[in-house]
Amino acid sequence: MNEIRKQFPVLNQEVNGHPLVYLDSAATSQKPIQVLEAVKSYYELDNSNVHRGVHTLGNRATDSYEGAREKIRKFINANSTKEIIYTRGTTTSLNTVAGAYGRMHVNEGDEIVISYMEHHSNLIPWQQLAKEKGAVLKYFDLEQDGTITLETVRSTITDKTKIVAITMASNVLGTINPIKEIAEIAHNAGAVIVVDAAQAAPHMPIDVQDLDCDFLAFSGHKMCGPTGIGVLYGKQALLEEMEPIEFGGEMIDFVDLYDSTWKELPWKFEGGTPNIAGAIGLGAAIDFLTEIGLEKIAEHEHSLVEYAMDEMDKIEGVSIYGPRDPQKRCGLITFNIDGVHPHDLATVLDMNGIAVRAGHHCAQPLMKWLQCTATARASFYMYNTKEDVDRLVEGLRIAKEYFNDVF
Amino acid sequence: MSFNNNLDQLYRSVIMDHYKKPRNKGSLEGDSVTIDMNNPTCGDRIHLTLKMNDGIVEDAKFDGEGCSISMSSASMMTEVIKGKKLEEALELAQIFSNMMLGEDYSDKYDLGDVEALQGVSKFPARIKCATLAWKAMEKGVNEQR
Repeated sequence: MNEIRKQFPVLNQEVNGHPLVYLDSAATSQKPIQVLEAVKSYYELDNSNVHRGVHTLGNRATDSYEGAREKIRKFINANSTKEIIYTRGTTTSLNTVAGAYGRMHVNEGDEIVISYMEHHSNLIPWQQLAKEKGAVLKYFDLEQDGTITLETVRSTITDKTKIVAITMASNVLGTINPIKEIAEIAHNAGAVIVVDAAQAAPHMPIDVQDLDCDFLAFSGHKMCGPTGIGVLYGKQALLEEMEPIEFGGEMIDFVDLYDSTWKELPWKFEGGTPNIAGAIGLGAAIDFLTEIGLEKIAEHEHSLVEYAMDEMDKIEGVSIYGPRDPQKRCGLITFNIDGVHPHDLATVLDMNGIAVRAGHHCAQPLMKWLQCTATARASFYMYNTKEDVDRLVEGLRIAKEYFNDVF
Repeated sequence: MSFNNNLDQLYRSVIMDHYKKPRNKGSLEGDSVTIDMNNPTCGDRIHLTLKMNDGIVEDAKFDGEGCSISMSSASMMTEVIKGKKLEEALELAQIFSNMMLGEDYSDKYDLGDVEALQGVSKFPARIKCATLAWKAMEKGVNEQR
């Protein structure tokens, strides 16, 4: 993996006098040279608007933009590029499902089921939809180790349930949820399943046809791509019946004074000039990830998490949240140290060149469930090494000593 | 060790003393103004109660959750504003804001332990931690005026 690391220019620097250890990829990943080059080359050689130009640059831009869509289709094994909608990111994707599909199908007394481990972006759209429609918002209970059992899923979903929205991998607990099984239970009850794959798509293989999920959302920037580009996958039949929620250029068929018709899928959901460079960058990121192999990335992260949990366990006063079995979790560890507030910890680590996240991780209801207001999180990607873990563990010891012994 | 020297700029022992032994912790009963504020990006939260009579801050107590910087700042703030006129309390909030921005600030008042928070200005990500309690106080005093 050392060769891979060299392809990320940003990692080759010192922060506060120490070589940078970047452990915040769950917030946003770093970008390899291949992605940076793809974006640069688009702007330097092909920059033009898509789907309108008769000229050569317009054609090149359109080919690259639509070519990236095909890469995404293949990456998640969707049936057709009609099912791949470019968005600004996971948040926009999930809001689009809630706004377009949810508004149409959820009525008073219906149920929407989500879980306590949802990121705010897969919680608030449903909460607000439920409020608007007079629907009931229900939560899957979590087990002590931060997992959801299929018994819970079966007993929570009823024939009144219209939508089940759940994360594939938790950005706090690291829990990987059994999406395929949950999808089956949801479908048997007549509900659709919406999957937040923001933390999954960068780290593990996804096959939407095998999972049989109805909608799936993810962001480019967490998987080596640029910010401001993301994906909404939806089954074609569902997308066909949905009305667009953004109107304007690019998404129309005919516009008359008093009515308009829409372009076919996927463009009817892509009003306005899209993030062309972002889409092309995401395409390059997918090439990069595919070349390494998602299985290999997942395996590397599991081994880092296992090593890190073992080493962190040796420090007295460290509590790790989420499942203990590294195979059941994605590549992140959320934790606390007795007597050191996570913000203070993050500052101490930063002074030592180590970047971690501290706070509520956009999951306030989950923080309540964990009975803490904030936690620290170290998250790994394919460019992290065992040495990075050693530096983290050393940083934790320094912080603990500094706060518990110096004062 | 240079690493610790840098940290010492931020975490002075007087700060840690306020963090571990907060002054004026709790909630005032009776006729007082209550302000709840949080820092939505990090989850810090403060519950401040102020007793103000005849244009003077007679008493102040705080409760809340947060890092050493936010909680020690709250503790110090309650100490320094007690007995001050409302205008003076607001002026102190301005002085504190200047201090956090690394700007020159007035030496009109004896800031006491608050001076120890000066180092926070060198840690941009932590300035919001330090100012939370002061923002709450400003809000409470302005409501009263």
